[in-house]
Amino acid sequence: MKARLGWLLPPLLVLLGFFGYPLVLIVHQSLVSESGEFGLSVWTQVVTSSEFVDAAWRTLSIAVGATIGCVLLGTFLALVIAFVPFPGARALSKLVDTVLAFPSFLIALAFTFLYGSAGLLGAGGFLYSQWGVLFAEITFYTPFVMRPALAAFSQVSAAQLQVAASLGARPWRVLRQVILPEALPSLASGACLTMLLALNEFGIVLFIGAKDVITLPMLVYTKGIVTFDFPEACVIAVVNVVFSLALYGVYQWVAKGGHRAAVDAA
Amino acid sequence: MTAAVELRGVSVHFGQTCALSPLDLTVARGETLAMLGPSGSGKSTALKALAGFVRPSAGRVLLDGEDVTDLPPHRRGLGVVVQSYALFPHMRVADNVAFGLKAKKTPRAEVARRVGEVLDMVGMGAYARRFPRELSGGQQQRVAIARALAIRPNVLLLDEPLSALDAALREDMVAELLRLRAELPDTTLVYVTHDQSEALALADRIAVMCNSELVEIGSCEELYHRPAQAFTASFLGASNLIPVELINADGSRVRFGDTELSASPTGVVRGKSVALGVRPHRVGVHAEGTAGSFPALVRGIQWRGSGFRLDLELAGAHEVRAEVPSMDGLPGVGGTVGVSIPDGCPLLAVP
Repeated sequence: MKARLGWLLPPLLVLLGFFGYPLVLIVHQSLVSESGEFGLSVWTQVVTSSEFVDAAWRTLSIAVGATIGCVLLGTFLALVIAFVPFPGARALSKLVDTVLAFPSFLIALAFTFLYGSAGLLGAGGFLYSQWGVLFAEITFYTPFVMRPALAAFSQVSAAQLQVAASLGARPWRVLRQVILPEALPSLASGACLTMLLALNEFGIVLFIGAKDVITLPMLVYTKGIVTFDFPEACVIAVVNVVFSLALYGVYQWVAKGGHRAAVDAA
Repeated sequence: MTAAVELRGVSVHFGQTCALSPLDLTVARGETLAMLGPSGSGKSTALKALAGFVRPSAGRVLLDGEDVTDLPPHRRGLGVVVQSYALFPHMRVADNVAFGLKAKKTPRAEVARRVGEVLDMVGMGAYARRFPRELSGGQQQRVAIARALAIRPNVLLLDEPLSALDAALREDMVAELLRLRAELPDTTLVYVTHDQSEALALADRIAVMCNSELVEIGSCEELYHRPAQAFTASFLGASNLIPVELINADGSRVRFGDTELSASPTGVVRGKSVALGVRPHRVGVHAEGTAGSFPALVRGIQWRGSGFRLDLELAGAHEVRAEVPSMDGLPGVGGTVGVSIPDGCPLLAVP
């Protein structure tokens, strides 16, 4: 017992020191007003401000939009790679893995070169709107859905597809009733991961430089680094953390097969 | 009467690899044909061409006289059962069985009635609400068979259906399949297997395959007792192949060493190399020096419970396998025994 504690203690201390303490500090900061009073005054001030409500709403809608876009596009592309035989399918699947390793701002940078006001295909203000951010996030996060989707599709055996066809099912029915339901848990966990990352996305929004697209992470940055409004930045950060943790909980539940358990119970 | 299944010169190539040499085959309505051969013999490929899972490089596939070569699998109406069961894991047993009926837009009441009927037929009526992962291998295969039968196919294709099961269960399932067979007199069965005992128990006729080619086709009895090809004799019943010389043109008298034997000719042409097919239990094993026997060295002895299996070596390094009920009066490994070959063994063509 003692030996086990000895092994556990160092990593636990590191965890507390590097993650727990700063988090506690942020929560504490959010509860102390500029005049030094302890209480919820900063919280009420921030949470009721239109600036915060707009940013929270915008963050959520971009994250949800990006997730829907990524799931649709990612599932479609993964289906083509997995089930439509064409030369280079394997290479394309490797390329997907490579994109996962890219930093997100690279996409934003490339978009600026392509669609920015001085870009090759410059289309006026499009890129600097909410749509530009959404478009860039969908481009960057689609591989995060494709990777688990491809893994799930490869689990569906050729024999199952053949037997389904022999039973009279056309390809569309096979897709709807055999392939997609079997891949559903993987697609759901891919979607959760995408939403989690999109909710916290900072690099893409910053690099695209859309002035009017203020998301929660952008707001934290502005308050904390630009205007030195530290308590307010902390409040927004805590809200963002809570969003993320809630979604992470859903992601864990889905990844553990919570979906399947729910189906069994039904 | 038109054949239920007909393959006309069907061949399959994958790139440069030949998976099936041109094959001609007909199966009558209500008949059970077993396609028997080792792995890589082309038997599964032939079945896949029949089901429409692979496209023949040449030849035509006919079902009930109708050319279906260009039809996709979902329009052929065949029942298919595979070795891995291939049940849909996210569907309950009843939904698995109902899948084909729903794909064919069968009315709901009819679907329920039919699902119950076929599940009862395979003895799985009590398991309709289970998921496949909650069933044993044998139970899963029963469900897979029920799923294939639900659409009332005229032809049922079974691709090594029992190969994933353990030996005892396999024997039970053979009995089960025989019972099902009797309930479905009009259904044509094509049964692919590498197991000769399954083929002999279930089939009316057997097509023996080897190296992507049809070696021989005939009734079980013909192939077992009077095979024409050496491969058939060795694969179906593990015959010893003893090379002999013809004495007379019709092949009724042959010579092995200095001894003349009478053989049962199966239409072998003179000039080809020929062999006698002798089943292990028909090889006579005696004490050394017994009149009319060849001396043979005992290379190995295996006790099999009901008897002994001997690996023997005749003069000229010919290996012979024998089965004897007891070793009384016989030497151990390294000793010499006398081996006799009975008259009337089939004379076979050696490729």
